[in-house]
Amino acid sequence: MIVVLVETDREGATLVSREALTFAREVADRAGAGPLHAVLVGPVADDVDAALQGHLAEQGVAALHHAVDDRLTAYAAAAAAAAVVDVVKTASPRMLVAAGTPRGNEILAHVATRLQVAMAANVVMVDSDDPLVVTRQVVGGAAQEEMRLDDPVAVLSVAGHACDPRAAEAATTPERLEFTPTLTDADLVARVVRVEAEAVDDSAALTSARVVVGAGRGAGGPDGFKELLELTDLLDGALGVSRVVTSLGWRPHHEQVGQTGSRIAPDVYIPCGISGAIQHWAGCSSAKTILAINSDPDAPMVTKAHYAVIGDLHEIVPAINEELRRRMA
Amino acid sequence: MVNVLVCVKRVPDSSGEILLTADEQSVDARHVGYTVSPHEECAVELAVQIASATDGTATVLSVGSEDAIEQLRNALAVGCSDAVLVEAETDRFGPADVAAAIADVVTARASEGTVYDLVLLGNDAADTGDFQVGVRLAYALGRPVLTGISMVEVQGDRAIARGDGPEGTEIFELPLPAVVTVMEGGVAPRYPSIPGRMKAKKAPVENKSAGPPTVGPGRVRLKLPPSQPSSVEILGEGPDAAPAVVDLLTRLGVVGR
Ligand SMILES: Cc1cc2nc3c(=O)[nH]c(=O)nc-3n(C[C@H](O)[C@H](O)[C@H](O)COP(=O)(O)OP(=O)(O)OC[C@H]3O[C@@H](n4cnc5c(N)ncnc54)[C@H](O)[C@@H]3O)c2cc1C
Ligand SMILES: Nc1ncnc2c1ncn2[C@@H]1O[C@H](COP(=O)(O)O)[C@@H](O)[C@H]1O
Repeated sequence: MIVVLVETDREGATLVSREALTFAREVADRAGAGPLHAVLVGPVADDVDAALQGHLAEQGVAALHHAVDDRLTAYAAAAAAAAVVDVVKTASPRMLVAAGTPRGNEILAHVATRLQVAMAANVVMVDSDDPLVVTRQVVGGAAQEEMRLDDPVAVLSVAGHACDPRAAEAATTPERLEFTPTLTDADLVARVVRVEAEAVDDSAALTSARVVVGAGRGAGGPDGFKELLELTDLLDGALGVSRVVTSLGWRPHHEQVGQTGSRIAPDVYIPCGISGAIQHWAGCSSAKTILAINSDPDAPMVTKAHYAVIGDLHEIVPAINEELRRRMA
Repeated sequence: MVNVLVCVKRVPDSSGEILLTADEQSVDARHVGYTVSPHEECAVELAVQIASATDGTATVLSVGSEDAIEQLRNALAVGCSDAVLVEAETDRFGPADVAAAIADVVTARASEGTVYDLVLLGNDAADTGDFQVGVRLAYALGRPVLTGISMVEVQGDRAIARGDGPEGTEIFELPLPAVVTVMEGGVAPRYPSIPGRMKAKKAPVENKSAGPPTVGPGRVRLKLPPSQPSSVEILGEGPDAAPAVVDLLTRLGVVGR
């Protein structure tokens, strides 16, 4: 059995959780590792729950373990981990999988510590089943590590966008197994006491946008973003920036794309004045099409892109905006 | 008076091309130099701010080779008060071993009378990216832990922390002593001043050595992801390329949605 920890958003299971389900199902099918189960921690709204059931059915999940307890309403990693440990103890899976999100990695780190087993973060592939060897991203994706997982339960997170979510050959009707987790007061000490909703829209928009316009040092300064924001608007997209831009204080950190920022997977990414350092690439390589705008034809971003325009972004971007406005009129 | 311990890892500066050592166990950094993760630079900054706001201390620690003194001196130069270098062959250490080595220092210092109210780490190391040393350390010390925090302040015997969550900025309050892992974005790390660098040379550094690792990293080998040959299509140069760009965006179905 493989158990996958799922996270939800307004549309049901999150995209990366569905990716993790597909990843786990394909491992289970190939290795004959038995049924696929999911675990959900804490309450969800009825409409989200309905959408989640649909996603789990499509992914071929046999059963959903749902930890229900009033004390799980505010997120507390240790409490979530206690619930997941309960599932591991009762179901004895061969593998426990989560999406490589901040929460996925956090909860797995707690679970692995509690079970005194290893944890592999950001796995992209299972190399062999016996002994279990996985390949995972290290150095922000610039290198990979083959890692052995010898414990009775292998705990691993799946790197974002390591695979596309694919439906199982046969849909299932997941059995729902509600349970009350064993929580202690200590599990609830480090929990969210309040959420301030302001920054949400921006960063959420960045990771789910179909078009992202990127801006790097080439923007030239805090006032160099006008045309880039205009292009973003015209394409109904989101602005993503390099670390140089955030560390110089030109734009807020939640717009940063890369190893220490957001990982994006838009249909089109248009990096303007971004050199394409490996740490930036780590966050944008999953874009389906990359159109680089850069004055240096040898910049890594240009050579790795699908398309490029060479020249000064402050001349090129306004011309694109004008052409877009002309054709959209 | 808050005593903060902040943990930094000496890692290859991987901004350029990456090479591996012949035994495929680590990144060959001889030609690129070393640094620490931006998350850890922010953790150092927070440690210094909290120490100065509370008249406390900020101790910086690294588990690594003797060369990690370079990263410790950099942290001393931006305001840490003292340093601990735990010598260890980190390639053979897994995250559980590093956590155990850090916990040993915290415990030893406590028995000497210095309690670290707050231990700060990076959210993930820039090289191995295990995403877990902070959590393992917290369990070893029996303390609460938060990860991915961008801002933390101490008010009395509580820490108030903020971090990005799926629905917005999340606020946490937790009793000290605690462990917090830091994510870049909440504070701007300061640059060392010349007097700071001078002071760093004289700041106390305790040298220890770690016992052999009990768990290990499980590493079979490192490898480089397959490199794709460039297949870029140049649409043009300068503003004249605008029509070709808009043609492309139209074909991709992202114009006038
Ligand atoms: C551990 C670690 C984590 C990191 N995490 C991240 C991260 O999450 N995200 C990230 O982005 N970086 C990250 N970095 C930093 C990264 O290594 C690079 O330093 C950074 O991405 C460079 O930003 P840039 O491309 O904007 O600037 P530069 O590298 O300076 O590139 C500027 C580019 O703009 C072009 N240009 C200049 N002027 C113009 C113009 N007028 N018109 C068109 N083009 C122009 C230049 O040709 C050049 O290619 C990290 C580094 C480390 C060590
Ligand atoms: N060898 C080390 N020495 C000191 N701190 C470390 C070491 N390894 C990891 N850490 C700390 O633990 C954090 C998380 O590392 P990791 O769990 O390996 O991704 C890092 O950002 C550091 O703050």
